[in-house]
Amino acid sequence: MDVILNQLFVGLSIASILLLVALGLTFTFGQMNVINMAHGEFIMAGAYTTYVLQTALGTGAITLAFGLALPAAFLVAGTLGLILEFLVIRRLYGRPLDTLLVTWGVGLMLQQLARDLFGAQNVNVSAPAFLDGGVTIFGADLSFPRLFIITVVLVVVTAIAIYMGRTPAGRRMRAVMQNRPLASVSGVRTTRVDRTTFFIGSGLAGLAGVGITLLGPVGPTLGLAYIIDAFLVVIVGGLGQLRGAILAALALGMANSFIEYNTSTSIAKAGVFLLIVLFLQWRPQGMIVQQRRGLA
Amino acid sequence: MHRPIRGHRRAGRGALAVTAAVLAAVAMGCGSSDDSGSTSSSSGAATASGDTIPVGILHSLSGTMAISEVSVRDAELLAIEEINAAGGVLGKKLKPVIEDGASDWPTFAEKAQKLISTDKVAATFGGWTSASRKAMLPVFERNKALLYYPVQYEGLEASPYIFYTGATTNQQIIPGLEFLKEELKVKDLFLVGSDYVFPRTANKEIKAWAKANAMNIVGEEYSPLGNTDYATTVNKIKQAKPDAVFQTINGDSNVAFWKQFKDSGLDAKSLPVTSVSTAEDEVKGVGIDNIVGQYVAWNYYQTTPGAKNEAFVKAFKAKYGEDRVTDDPIEAGYVGVHLWAMAAEKAGSTDVEKVKAASKGLVFDAPEGKVTIDGENQHIYKTARIGKLRPDGLIDTVFESDGPIKPDPFLKTYPWAKGL
Repeated sequence: MDVILNQLFVGLSIASILLLVALGLTFTFGQMNVINMAHGEFIMAGAYTTYVLQTALGTGAITLAFGLALPAAFLVAGTLGLILEFLVIRRLYGRPLDTLLVTWGVGLMLQQLARDLFGAQNVNVSAPAFLDGGVTIFGADLSFPRLFIITVVLVVVTAIAIYMGRTPAGRRMRAVMQNRPLASVSGVRTTRVDRTTFFIGSGLAGLAGVGITLLGPVGPTLGLAYIIDAFLVVIVGGLGQLRGAILAALALGMANSFIEYNTSTSIAKAGVFLLIVLFLQWRPQGMIVQQRRGLA
Repeated sequence: MHRPIRGHRRAGRGALAVTAAVLAAVAMGCGSSDDSGSTSSSSGAATASGDTIPVGILHSLSGTMAISEVSVRDAELLAIEEINAAGGVLGKKLKPVIEDGASDWPTFAEKAQKLISTDKVAATFGGWTSASRKAMLPVFERNKALLYYPVQYEGLEASPYIFYTGATTNQQIIPGLEFLKEELKVKDLFLVGSDYVFPRTANKEIKAWAKANAMNIVGEEYSPLGNTDYATTVNKIKQAKPDAVFQTINGDSNVAFWKQFKDSGLDAKSLPVTSVSTAEDEVKGVGIDNIVGQYVAWNYYQTTPGAKNEAFVKAFKAKYGEDRVTDDPIEAGYVGVHLWAMAAEKAGSTDVEKVKAASKGLVFDAPEGKVTIDGENQHIYKTARIGKLRPDGLIDTVFESDGPIKPDPFLKTYPWAKGL
């Protein structure tokens, strides 16, 4: 019983991390069909934002620095995304292959930039004191950093759902995604919507970066560890589908947790990949399919 | 960079295939195949002309291993600078040729070939993971060129063209196990490692040792290099209830392991961990809070006493900054360059065979103490030191072997190791 509860929590935790890194992609990849390989580097930028704030504010204000890092990382990564959109991506809409290669190159440049600014070694980001340790419930060890990430994901997912479903800006975003020409002739300024979407998507990557500092290494190649998982969640979930991404993250997290418990870490990774391949054979469009109101 | 953009076709479905291909390449670590054909040049011919001697430096300056290898490159450059300041080798200055192995093993082989045939280096200093060494080994043997490899490894190897300046098993892992048995009275041991040749081979040896020493191995877990989630591994450790963990995780994953180990409520008091892959340089990225009080097994620490080490630490910090630290592989990289320079001086030539002959029994007063090259297997005599992480991130020696241990990469002198 302990084992199952423990692994359920691990699965939930992995799912929350997967969802956190993939949320931004549901916007940029899912909504705009932009394959942004620099997404991982935006995550890295968010993690380094936490590090910079901690270093600037000193050891006395670790909790404050961490709190500030959440909005700051969103802005930093979002701004990076805006710059990338303005300089590169808007010239390449509709050319996914070119976008993929260019953003991969941009990602490499950002990695090197981080290496030049902060050194090739990992840097240390301390967790705030209130996230030290954990609680044991029914024999399952719930560590505070993991609970914190789950909470952040819940809050962000709720915020996105409200934004997309209840606000005029969110409605415009969905309109552009579902039928760009029709939205355009109806008076929606699609370029501006694109820019906003890309800003939010990139900003969410930055937010993910802050969460990840609690669990893993903070170094120039941090993004590489998450970029593949992020794309997998979006593809398995169905492009642009928030609900799909949530379901996919949960499925992958649980599969990973239980396969790993019964085999080994390496086999779990391969096993999850295999499951994804089989699933996409069966449902290439992903778990949830976008209803398109267009001829395309 | 001009291409005919106007006639460009909109690629629709192909994009997904390419995405998949790129993702796969990222996952596998994209690298081209083995080195190209030109294998004729011998490095012996390299050295004759010019007033500089090119030497190769081949480490991962990017990718998951850069965290560790960049510092070793720094130490090797420091040694080259010192040698040049003292007049060079055979009256010629050393000229480092630096290549990036990019944490990708075929790239190491390819770049090694490039250093040998294009740059005509007299010797190469490089590598970290055993996988990178195994990839480079055939290149150096085929070209009859020299590699100085600076990291502790799993043993069971003695290439005539490699000098091993890090520890082999009997100078690090076995003393580490003896420490666990004698000092910490460990009965049940759990093995955690990265999934590649070093941890798998090391654990095979550890299991053979444990069998002969009445220690139980209660679990064995491997994770891919670069893995970031250790929650399940930690759960398995907790269930197995070992007295200690022997940890051979390499690279970035160490940070994830230590953070998540501590988050699960474990610490040095409740469950001691001995690591053979976490040194001072990695501790900075891990965060000392996550690892304080834990044990490591190496042959050198920044705190190792001696005038030679004080000078080395001072020079390293002066060149690279006060916040930098020295550690075992950094020192071993530094020692490798000096050993090669001494041997070349002694041989009166940079010819590979002459350097090899001159290296037999060569003694160098290293920061870790006196080291001697074993002429038979080209490893060096090293003192084993078990260290304990202290709150400032440096490591105190808590256990030390009686003088330098003779390297025995094939564990021939250990009866339990028969059949490995």
